[in-house]
Formats: sequence, C-alpha cells, structure tokens
Amino acid sequence: MLDHATNTQTADTTEQPQAAPLIMACGLTKSYDRRNMVLDGIDLRIWAGERVALIGSNGCGKSTLLKSLIGLHPISGGTLECFGNPVGAQSSRAQRLQMRRQTGFVFQKHCLVRRRTVLSNVIHGLYGDRGSWRAFSHSLAPEEWRARGLQALDEVDLADKAMRRADALSGGQQQRVAIARALVRRPQLLIADEPAASLDPVSGRNVMNLFSQLCRAHGITLLYTSHDMDHAIDYADRVIALKCGKVLFDRPAEKVTPADLKVTFDG
Amino acid sequence: MAERTIHMPKRFTGVSPLNFVLLVALGGVILTSMGKVAPSPQQLADGVPDMTRLVGRMLPPNTDPDFLARIARRILETFQIALVGALIGIVLSLPIAWFAARSVSPLGRGNLLAKAFVSFLRTVPDLVWALLFVASIGLGAVAGTMTIVVDTIGFCGRFFAEAMEDAEKEPQEALSAIGAGRGSILVGAILPDIMPSLVNSSLFALEKAVRSSVVLGLVGAGGIGQELKVAFDLFQYRNASMIILTIFVIVFLMEVCTDKLRARIQ
Repeated sequence: MLDHATNTQTADTTEQPQAAPLIMACGLTKSYDRRNMVLDGIDLRIWAGERVALIGSNGCGKSTLLKSLIGLHPISGGTLECFGNPVGAQSSRAQRLQMRRQTGFVFQKHCLVRRRTVLSNVIHGLYGDRGSWRAFSHSLAPEEWRARGLQALDEVDLADKAMRRADALSGGQQQRVAIARALVRRPQLLIADEPAASLDPVSGRNVMNLFSQLCRAHGITLLYTSHDMDHAIDYADRVIALKCGKVLFDRPAEKVTPADLKVTFDG
Repeated sequence: MAERTIHMPKRFTGVSPLNFVLLVALGGVILTSMGKVAPSPQQLADGVPDMTRLVGRMLPPNTDPDFLARIARRILETFQIALVGALIGIVLSLPIAWFAARSVSPLGRGNLLAKAFVSFLRTVPDLVWALLFVASIGLGAVAGTMTIVVDTIGFCGRFFAEAMEDAEKEPQEALSAIGAGRGSILVGAILPDIMPSLVNSSLFALEKAVRSSVVLGLVGAGGIGQELKVAFDLFQYRNASMIILTIFVIVFLMEVCTDKLRARIQ
C-alpha cells in the first residue's frame, strides 16, 4: 500500500489484511550511473494473494523495480523486504536464493533456452533445489520433477508439445512455456515483466487470462507490468502507476479513471 | 516553397595527417622487409633446376608393401595422437574458457588471469611445446599427444570463452531469477545456446590437430613426421614423396569429413 507522500495523487486506501506484507519497500532508490535516479523513493506494500499491475511509460522504472525486488538489480538506497527477509546488500546469499526459490519470474521475451525441449525448459524452473544439476535436462531429472514439469505444461495446455524444441513454438506458446516454468515450483509470488507485450492482442489476452486463472487457483500473489490498460485494469485488484521513478498513484483497479491514465502516460 | 540544393557526398573522405604518416610508415616497413626476405627473380630462376631434380628423384613414390604397412602404422599413430590430444584438450578447454569468459566467469575480474593463461598457451608454437615435452617426457607419441592437448586448449579456450561471452543473456537472467547458481546457468542456459559454436570450434581444433600431429615427428614427438624426417635425412626421396602424398590424403579426408559435419550442424 502507498506510503509515498510526495508527487502522488490520492491513494484510495482499501482495507488491507493485517498480516505482514509479502513485499515491503520504503524509500527505495536505484541509479545505474549515480546521476539519474531510475527509482526515486519508492514506497509500496504488496500482500499475499493480491494481483497488482504496475503501469507507466517506457523508462519509468517498472522493469528495474521488478528486478530489484528479487535482487537481480541491486538497490542503491532505501529498504526492501521480500517474504520478510531483507533484499540488497544486507541479505545473505542463502536468503537471496531462498527468496528467489519462492518467486516465479516471467520475462517479456520468454527467455527460454531455444535448443532444449519444452519439458527441459519447464524443469529448469526447479534449478536451485537440492540436486538441481539434474534440472539440466528432462532426461536426467528425477521422475517426480518430470511429472511436475508435465503437470505444469498441462496447466498451460501444452503437454502435447513437451518434446518439441522451444524455438519451434509460436510466441504465444513460448510465453505459456515460460509461465509453466515459473509455476512448476508453485511459487508464492509470481512476477511478470510485460508478459503480453511481444504477443498479438488475442494471444496477449489468452496469456493474461491464464495468468489470472492459475494465480487464483493456486493462491499465488501476482505482480506484473503492462502497457495495455485493459490488461492492467481487467486482471489486477490494484494498479500502481510509476512516473519518473516515483509512485504516481496506487489504487484499486476499479477506481482507475481515464484521467489517471492520461496523467501517467502524458510526457 | 524554397528550392533546396542537394550536395553529392564525396566518394572518399580525407586522410588525417596522423593516418597519412602511419600509412607511409607501414609502406616503408613492407618495402624494407621485401628487400630483405622476399625471393628475388634471380634466386627463383636459380632454384628451378634444383627443384626439378629433387622432384625427379621423388618420383615415382615408393609403393613397396612393407613400406606402406609401416606408413599405415605411423598414420594410425598420428591419427591417434590428434584424436586423443584434441579430445582431452577440448574437454579441458571448457572449464578454462568458463573461467576466462567475461561476465560469466566465477572468478569475476580474475577472468583476466585465465585469459592470459590461454593466450600464453596459444602464443608458444606447437613445435616448441613438442620440444619441451620431448625433453621432459621423452621421445614418442605421448609427447606429441601432450603437445596437441596444450595447442588445443590455446585454440579452443579462446573460442569457447568468446562463445560464452556472446551467449544469449535473457535465458541466463531467467535462470538466475529462479535461484540457479553460476554452474547451473552454465549447464542449463549457456552451453545449450552455444553448442553449435562449440562443436564447430572443436571440429576445427581436430582438423588443426591432425595437421599439427604430422609435423610433430620432426622433433621426435611421434607420428608420421618422424618417418618423413628419416626419409629426408637418408635421402630416400621416393619414400618422402609417398609420405607427403599420404599426409595430403589424410588431411584432405579430415577436412571433407569435418566440413560435412559442420554443414549438418548448421
């Protein structure tokens, strides 16, 4: 929930659960060159089970924020906690790995290993577990991992393509494989960076439907970025807008107005 | 509307004074070098009769069955030196290249040390390595194999490292986001992505190893080169021509095979 005071519009504070937030950022800053702040004092809280859309124009810091949340991009200042553990310089490697294991990440460009089979790519989602070198290929993976991989593929309706090479699938299918890879470990949190951006409108909507259904079915918290306002409003409980590295507004999806969007995307 | 004039761009841009001086200096170095080490027409003309006489003494190549059997054994040994040396070299190159590859190396900036090591192995010529191994291990095929191992690491270590540096970054980031360690990222994302490049470089290394292994015998490191040296030392030019012919066939066959394999991979 929004604690940010400056440069923001009013935050419609819907009632939030009393439990500790899954993600909590206070005054989060990030800069790559010490001059330009990509993230400039972000305050946000995300609770378990929420579906949150992060919107904003290109370069406003959405992707950087997502990657900072799981420690892929080290933060420059402020505090960040994920699953109750600090993220950043003060977190240990074990904490970082543990946190990543509880998180699924879906990238805009699928990020599959092109030359491997679809099933092997999904089993890659189990890297980081004990004996995870066996996740290298479905041929070496334990039977239980193969079964989990196939089940995850079944959930995205691609079980019949398990032995195809990843680069033999269409863009929409590859994105569904990426979702299966993110879900195979049954994460508590699923982060998606513009998951539908590289897809045609129909495939994009299918992917967003799939996200929404699976996260609801498995009680997974969903945090995603989108340029498509329909995707942001239709599939999220809450919309957080970023502008120039700051939170512009944070409110329930049904209360986001066209005027909000205009302010968000107007230069 | 005001009329606009369009200027045709110059075909050649001017040369800066610094570049002009460098070009003149380079031309001077090339001309001086040619005067010192390039053959003069007179020298070439004088050499033709000797070369003709030598070729005459080499023909016809020796086809004596006993000699051919001995050559066949030596060729087999040469091929074994090349195959085993290249294989061991390729396997050892993988971890060394991983250590040397920028942004992938588990050593961080220490990758420069691994890179320098690979450069050192590549800088020293294979015949010098062969001399070192003959001096330390002794005459024979093992010294030749060790030479090929070192030579292959110098060659593959560089190309494998470059391939790892150029591997697609997105799958690596995806596995890192899941919690995969550096080793898992190497095995899970980098190696599958660069596999065609690895196989390609390995085939070139094998080809190179076969070519190298035929001359290693000249310094006593086993293989067909040893027979060639003996043939020249004892003025057995018909034997020498048969050996040269055999080497040509072997290297040519090797190149045809590796070309076909490369074409299939691509």
